[in-house]
Amino acid sequence: MTAIATHTSIVFNRELKPLIREPFALLFTTVQPLVFLGLFGPLLSQVTGLPTGSSLQWFVPGIIVMSALFGASTTGSNLQLEMQTGSHERMLVTPLCREALLLGRAFKEIVPVLAQGLLIVAVSIPFGFELEVPGLLIGLPMVATFAVGLGALSYALALASEGNEMMFWMVQQTLIFPLMLLSGMLLPLEGGPGWMQGLSKVNPLTHLVDAERALFAGELTDRAVAYGALSAVAVAAVGLWVGLRMIRRGSA
Amino acid sequence: MIHTRGLTRHFRVKDQVVEAVRGIDLDVAEGELVAFLGPNGAGKSTTLRMLTTLLTPTAGTAEVAGVDVVASPARVRERIGFIGQGNGAGHSHRVGDELVTQGRTYGLDRAAARTRAGEVLEAFGLSDMVDRKVSTLSGGQQRRLDIAMGMVHHPTLLFLDEPSTGLDPQNRANLKEHILALRRDHHATVVLTTHYLDEADALADRVIVIDHGRVIADDTPVRLKSDLVGDLVSVTAFDDVDAARVAAALEALAPGRPVQRQGVEVSARIPGGASVLPELLRHLDQQGTPAASAEVARATLDDVFLHLTGRSLRESAMGDASVDTTPSTPTLQEQAS
Repeated sequence: MTAIATHTSIVFNRELKPLIREPFALLFTTVQPLVFLGLFGPLLSQVTGLPTGSSLQWFVPGIIVMSALFGASTTGSNLQLEMQTGSHERMLVTPLCREALLLGRAFKEIVPVLAQGLLIVAVSIPFGFELEVPGLLIGLPMVATFAVGLGALSYALALASEGNEMMFWMVQQTLIFPLMLLSGMLLPLEGGPGWMQGLSKVNPLTHLVDAERALFAGELTDRAVAYGALSAVAVAAVGLWVGLRMIRRGSA
Repeated sequence: MIHTRGLTRHFRVKDQVVEAVRGIDLDVAEGELVAFLGPNGAGKSTTLRMLTTLLTPTAGTAEVAGVDVVASPARVRERIGFIGQGNGAGHSHRVGDELVTQGRTYGLDRAAARTRAGEVLEAFGLSDMVDRKVSTLSGGQQRRLDIAMGMVHHPTLLFLDEPSTGLDPQNRANLKEHILALRRDHHATVVLTTHYLDEADALADRVIVIDHGRVIADDTPVRLKSDLVGDLVSVTAFDDVDAARVAAALEALAPGRPVQRQGVEVSARIPGGASVLPELLRHLDQQGTPAASAEVARATLDDVFLHLTGRSLRESAMGDASVDTTPSTPTLQEQAS
């Protein structure tokens, strides 16, 4: 057990190195959510008739989840690159246990989620977003938990596609947009058709987004928070289970 | 150090079974330096990948450093080093970071890992690259880094898969030095695959020739070349009558060795050909048969491969990699065909 912990921390630190060396790369991957914030947010306030501040209060939590969704779901491509160049193979012959190769990578997803979440919040405050610190302190770790699970799934997908880049991106893209649209992340689903609302209920992302909205509104005891936490933990558990199965399967 | 019995690996490619390795028996003693030689697709790398726990054997057994590769792959990995064909260092990482991580992987603490990283960087002439991103290195620098990574933990059993591909002659010589030093200073056992004939020849104590997934020869380079194939002794006579006498003399000196005649040129493959030639010339002299010219072409490992398979390694395998190997002398089989 201690070997797994030590090895996981080695892999975690290795994964973190490029982020530490080039923090601006992280900024670059935050561009997409920021674009949604800047170019979609104003439309939203026009449609809803709410002032910018209130619409941001609704929109920003969703954007934080979005940045985690895109970051964690694409992270498998890093492993894919390492499978193609040979560094994954090199690590497979070191004493590092297989589990650590997945766990270290999946846990690393926590770091960009926290950094990007803080960045998105910081950018939104000047436009009237009101920060609820307790909400932030519970909300970001919740998103990070979700990202660990989704990251593990993304690595599992990379392992399953065995270096076939096309397959990785096809599956990732096919899943990501329905999940995003059916979570009410961009637009409220209340006015949508019944089947959409039904689907959104079984989408763990919906509960996460709802929880984040409650938290950032300061409603820490809202039932949505409990459901969100449950979804995040469930995604983490399923993701890690699938990921560990995949990395063990490939081991000789 | 390594014992395999009936080691076999099949791959399934679109409903067809490819028998990449077909029952290899191998024994490598501690401290040996062994080269797997063979054309691409012969099964060298597949064998190496089974020994390094990257692939599970389809059948047969393999014991590496006293541990069964199927039963306890993790314990095998603790005992070996591996330099694969690809780039061991992650492209988005910095050179120094990857070396430190590699050291940590093998249980060094942070300070020791950093010291060791500095040492191998120095040894492979990469000290200036420590803060560079791996993807910005040239191909040759990346290859040196791969090898440096594989040597961070002073492995006592090191596997190298085509280590010198992409290295210039100077760095190949440098690599050879490092492999020999690892062996001298750490009593390491080294197994490498190569299709550089001269590299196998100059470096290895033992050459294991693999073709179509089987071991077709296993001996020291000297014995393979000299005993198995023999040096090509050729004498050119002045006319046909003399040539017949030369042929008779050659046959007498090397019974059982086929003598070839092409016009006035007579040749035969003879073990220790260089020491036979003076005797042959003396004999011809006494007979009053003058020789116009005489030469001995030392057998190469390519001749060995040709002798065993009827194919040239250079033609069947090398393609891209044959640029700086020494040119082969024409051989009997080539002339005959």
